[in-house]
Amino acid sequence: MSTPDLPSSHRRRITSSAVGIGLATGAYGLSFGAISVASGLTAVQTQTLSLLMFTGGSQFALVGVLGAGGGAIAAVLTAWLLGARNGMYALSMAPTLQVTGLRRLAAAELTIDESTAMALAHPEPPEAARHAFWRTGLSVYVLWNIGTLLGALGAAAIGDPATLGLDAAIPAAFIALLWPRLVDRTMWAVALAGAAVALVLTPLLRPGLPVLAAGLVALVASMLIGRRT
Amino acid sequence: MIWFAVLAGSIGCYLEKLVGYFLPHSVLENPSVRRVAGLLPVALLAALVAVQTFAVGQTLVIDARLAGLAAAIIALMLRAPFLVVVVVAAVTAAALRAAGLGT
Repeated sequence: MSTPDLPSSHRRRITSSAVGIGLATGAYGLSFGAISVASGLTAVQTQTLSLLMFTGGSQFALVGVLGAGGGAIAAVLTAWLLGARNGMYALSMAPTLQVTGLRRLAAAELTIDESTAMALAHPEPPEAARHAFWRTGLSVYVLWNIGTLLGALGAAAIGDPATLGLDAAIPAAFIALLWPRLVDRTMWAVALAGAAVALVLTPLLRPGLPVLAAGLVALVASMLIGRRT
Repeated sequence: MIWFAVLAGSIGCYLEKLVGYFLPHSVLENPSVRRVAGLLPVALLAALVAVQTFAVGQTLVIDARLAGLAAAIIALMLRAPFLVVVVVAAVTAAALRAAGLGT
């Protein structure tokens, strides 16, 4: 985490962006905590997810599938599939971070959308990328967990989730995660096909499985694109 | 049951992150790996949006959640931050229900 060769002004600028990103994700952690408890998890289970799983998309997916009455296996598989992208982030971060031992274990936990994006946004010098990764990862980790705690306790204190529209907050959270990824026609086509597959299969399969089946759309689309290029 | 999902999901998601620090960097150069990694979240998140908006168990219904989703999309088009998007959706659905419209 030491960044000796980086001018302190540069370092401060990165740190303040990292805290800003942490505050934004903390607000998002608040909604995760509330939605998770409204989906039937306890506050302790909700906090465990933020402390251990620490990847928002997978956490929302897991509680979403469980709350919809899907089985534990379908919930776990959906979370894993959504978390697979973090492995790609780790691959791209490994040469920059050069971590071993315990620091590698810590870097792995902090490898998420935000920390990777901040590191990629500050490629030179490599000390800046490392500083951006660690500061963003730590700031998001702390504030995401505080947000989760407040959201979970808040939701536990209020009654029926439907009265407050918390059931409507769940698809809103997913569309907010999806929105920045809809950058071109291919992404729109894959999104619409994924949604259509899931809806067609909803009456036919147990809750949770239609979403997993939509994952196949990504595989088919990838094969089609590969053949075309 | 829920604890199993919480722990198995967490351990698996952590290992996915960790394995990236042990695999050779050349895996990233495989175009089909990169493509699937980019497309998978899009297909899954879109499916989650659809199911969480329309499904009650195995039945498809139209209720106040759809109005909430529409409000969320408008908020996103106006570049609202995450928490605002979620709150706008919840408030829209809650207000419709309080007014006796939508279930």
